[in-house]
Amino acid sequence: MEINKTINSDNVDLMINMGPQHPSTHGVFRLLLNIDGERIIDVKPHIGYLHRGSEKLCENERYAQVVTLFDRLDYVANLNMELGFCLAVESLMELDIPDRASYIRVILCELNRIASHLLFYGTYGLDVGAMTPVLYAFREREKIQGFFESITGARMMHNYFRIGGIKEELPDDFNNRLSLLLDEVSQGIEECDMLLSKNEMFLARTKNVGIISASDAVDFGVSGPNLRASGIARDIRVSKPYSIYDRFDYGIPVASSGDCWDRYYVRLEEIRQSIKIIKQAMSQMEDGPILAKVRRIARPPKGEIYFRTESPRGDFGVYLVSDGSDKPYRVKVRAPSFANLQSLQYLLKGAYIADAVTILGSIDIIMGEVDR
Amino acid sequence: MIGFLTGLFVTMKTGFRRPVTAQYPDPEKRIKVENRFMGFPSLTWDYDVEEPYCTGCMVCVRECPTECMTAKMKDNPLFSEGKSRRKKIIDEFEINLGRCILCGICVEVCNFDAIEMSHEHELSKRVRNGNRFGLQQLLKLGIKFQSNTNWQPKQPEKNSGVPVKKVDEE
Ligand code: SF4
Ligand code: SF4
Repeated sequence: MEINKTINSDNVDLMINMGPQHPSTHGVFRLLLNIDGERIIDVKPHIGYLHRGSEKLCENERYAQVVTLFDRLDYVANLNMELGFCLAVESLMELDIPDRASYIRVILCELNRIASHLLFYGTYGLDVGAMTPVLYAFREREKIQGFFESITGARMMHNYFRIGGIKEELPDDFNNRLSLLLDEVSQGIEECDMLLSKNEMFLARTKNVGIISASDAVDFGVSGPNLRASGIARDIRVSKPYSIYDRFDYGIPVASSGDCWDRYYVRLEEIRQSIKIIKQAMSQMEDGPILAKVRRIARPPKGEIYFRTESPRGDFGVYLVSDGSDKPYRVKVRAPSFANLQSLQYLLKGAYIADAVTILGSIDIIMGEVDR
Repeated sequence: MIGFLTGLFVTMKTGFRRPVTAQYPDPEKRIKVENRFMGFPSLTWDYDVEEPYCTGCMVCVRECPTECMTAKMKDNPLFSEGKSRRKKIIDEFEINLGRCILCGICVEVCNFDAIEMSHEHELSKRVRNGNRFGLQQLLKLGIKFQSNTNWQPKQPEKNSGVPVKKVDEE
């Protein structure tokens, strides 16, 4: 009732409440749409339905335990979240990570990026009304999840990265399985591409819909594939390489118009680049230790750090304050989905109501990360 | 029109491929879990001296991120009889599996090979609190896991309960 008062102005024709249980919101996210005929004139997003207090919880857990909480931030790209936190702690402790551990991390993170973008591909098809793509995407994603299971023991909440390295050595058949998997996945991607990208109906729904210009995108703090779709080739993996990302040769897909189709296609193209990275990492990887020399209970020195990594959704930052004890003093997460979501109000204003879901889907938010 | 037809072609191709779906409750057709799969934690059984490996040292209880376990130790009667090397043994142990997040930290920190992630992963129970597993239930899970996977302790010499070796040393 109260919300009605705050948004209501005299000229409102109709107000539609979308969510929090709407299937296209990818979680629990609520939108209040003010519409005039078919046009959206105002929108108010409501977040916080999935707030679990992760940042506060971190203060009561030891560093090794915090990794399990980071798994649950962006729950479709868990390993990328773990990587962000582990790298932040490691650079605070000035640890040298063994090469093999870094390579394994990169391989798994890029696989996770593929899985995450495949999920986007499938659900985006659903959002615009195509039922088939999700089946193809999940078929490929399923293989990756099964592969993760054979390495980390879990399909989603891995808890595999450790401060200073990784948990355990890879299984013996890792290389064979990975090359087989890559072949299958790259074939699958081509199929997915053929299935949807050039489909006339899909093009009609997504081309020139939800356009955001490069300067506006920067102003809103948009990052990741959404920003690159607007024409700015900014990727932390290249501009400020962390871990061992400077050892690979790969491209950053950029589009120009910043509409929904561009945001979609940049992600599809990124999958191909990720496969390229994994192949290089596989050939460069050598035997060696997988854990740096660290004490079992990590105690970073007093200080603070802000560490940025490129998660599948964009610029993922971890701000960490340590007071020298075995628990973090404060953890703050800069969640890319949260910043990307800010542009939604701008994108939806003036759009047709039928495009609301198309636009929301193209931003690819994960509520676990937005609400934390 | 062309994009539409290529899409249709991809769909048609699927008709000539083996199905990838698995049928979950059917024991034959469901997906087999991998070796490293982390299901519920379970306690292992030392067949050599017929007692659990767990000594109730509480390390796992302290390290669990969700604080879902409790443990209590007691003096080991088999030790006073000279049949076992373990001075202390687990008396009561409870894991609230409804709260456990299957992170595997307890397995990593245990120094006695006493706890393992089993392959069990079906959680639904008919009674409330049916997921609070006590010592006997956890051991049952563990024994099932041991026989299914031919589990061996990671540090057999250090953690074996057989007392003969200790006599040799003295
Ligand atoms: S399971 Fe291991 S760590 Fe936990 S109480 Fe038993 S012996 Fe100690
Ligand atoms: S798996 Fe993790 S949450 Fe579950 S009992 Fe072990 S330490 Fe606790």
